[in-house]
Amino acid sequence: MCEHNKDVTIMCRCEDITAEEVRAYIAQGVTDLEQLKRLLRVGMGPCQGRTCTPLIVNELALATGRPVQEIPLTVFRPPTTPVKLGVLAGGTDHE
Amino acid sequence: MNKTADIVIIGGGVIGCSIAYNLAKKGAKNIILIERKYLTSGATGRCGAGVRMQFGTETNCLLAKKSIEMFEQLEEELGYDDSIEFKQGGYLLLAYTEKMVEQFHKNLGVQHKLGIPSRWVTPAEAKEIVPHLNTQGLLGATFCGKDGHCNPFKTTDAYVKAARRLGVEIMTYTEVTKLLAKDGKITGVETNKGVIESPVVVCCAGAYSRDLAATIGIELPLHPERHQILVTEPVEMIQEPMVMSFYHGLYCQQVPHGSFVMGIGDPNEPKEFNYNSSWQFLHEMAAKVTFLLPPLANLRVVRQWAGQYDMTPDRQQILGSVPGTEGFYLAAGFSGHGFMISPMTGKLMAEYILGEETSLPIDMFDFTRFARGQLFVEPSVV
Ligand SMILES: Cc1cc2nc3c(=O)[nH]c(=O)nc-3n(C[C@H](O)[C@H](O)[C@H](O)COP(=O)(O)OP(=O)(O)OC[C@H]3O[C@@H](n4cnc5c(N)ncnc54)[C@H](O)[C@@H]3O)c2cc1C
Repeated sequence: MCEHNKDVTIMCRCEDITAEEVRAYIAQGVTDLEQLKRLLRVGMGPCQGRTCTPLIVNELALATGRPVQEIPLTVFRPPTTPVKLGVLAGGTDHE
Repeated sequence: MNKTADIVIIGGGVIGCSIAYNLAKKGAKNIILIERKYLTSGATGRCGAGVRMQFGTETNCLLAKKSIEMFEQLEEELGYDDSIEFKQGGYLLLAYTEKMVEQFHKNLGVQHKLGIPSRWVTPAEAKEIVPHLNTQGLLGATFCGKDGHCNPFKTTDAYVKAARRLGVEIMTYTEVTKLLAKDGKITGVETNKGVIESPVVVCCAGAYSRDLAATIGIELPLHPERHQILVTEPVEMIQEPMVMSFYHGLYCQQVPHGSFVMGIGDPNEPKEFNYNSSWQFLHEMAAKVTFLLPPLANLRVVRQWAGQYDMTPDRQQILGSVPGTEGFYLAAGFSGHGFMISPMTGKLMAEYILGEETSLPIDMFDFTRFARGQLFVEPSVV
């Protein structure tokens, strides 16, 4: 349990980033989702932002007064599902 | 939005940001840095961010050695309240042919003269350094424990914040559409938000520098080359150094976050901008890395992406002025190893632009070397 008995809301579950951390960056003026992703790793985990992106976009909309649909999203990278290197290596010759 | 500046820097990668900071630190005023998208959107944010001193030429060894000393102090120097995640786990460079063994020994000779703490290691010693390394076919390796890796986003952010505090204006989502020159002098840049007049323009736009220079008739021998890279899920720390094989064209390291970052080079890449990811890369990368570092077969790939190397004919950067266009400076063509020399490059370019004596010679990186046929060849690059 949380030591200070504070409310902890996890925004990015893959990288364990709290709403507080996200808000602190936004307060510093980082209101670009691309930049937030790179500085905080939000959306860089295995789910690639499926959970956190909508939440963070809401925060950005609140902070900047822009409508949610006007907040540019980040690029989704392949592969769509985490695949083991061993599986990917199978079928091709080694070396 | 028309404006005037004393110095315009084009490109919000680690090089442009390092130059901006170093110029401002030296007292230059009214500097504007222009970035087409977000900061680190080019090669910097896509790179492996490995940092090594194990080169084969004295100049590159020195550039890298000084840069590593600067990385060690960077957070204090820049007053960064975060971490650039500099991990000095070393670089293990693998040798698979007699020719490589010979070259590596020559390189060690150069490195030792300059006080670089690198050494030759046998396959058995290499296995002690990286226990999960498959030493099949390995003739030996060189290792330098001071080499390492930083977080490229944080490193650039550290420069950006320090530069801003010193008064540098940073314009993101602003594209330079044209350079402006008159009577052999640069006069400014045209952007999609208006003209910025300036007697000094520093071009650090990566491979796009070629297209920008062309707008004032300068032909840069520089072309983009796609390089693909991937990252795995994070696991507990098992690999200290970056493992690199010129033979396989491969590099692979575990970053402090726990994930492995790895890439391979493909000499057959067409010379054009291509940001697409391919499944062929995934297969080839997986086959090579699981041969070299077998336990990695159990790791899941989380993401793959592509970036551009800005290649020159001798795979070395172009630094300095351009004869015939006063006030125009270049810091481009890093050919896949620009991140690791960014601290020193920023310092040297600032000194050069302000007309000071540079702390290290940079004339061998002069733009006119190609016309003179004096290429600067470095034996140890991927
Ligand atoms: C896959 C990969 C792996 C790599 N691994 C390593 C490594 O391990 N170690 C290492 O040292 N180096 C590595 N590199 C090389 C390294 O990334 C580069 O040398 C370095 O980042 C160059 O920085 P830069 O600032 O010159 O260029 P960039 O980071 O590309 O910055 C140039 C910026 O200019 C902007 N720009 C372009 N045109 C315009 C315009 N018209 N107007 C405004 N802005 C513009 C771009 O958007 C870009 O942000 C790697 C590169 C790649 C692609």
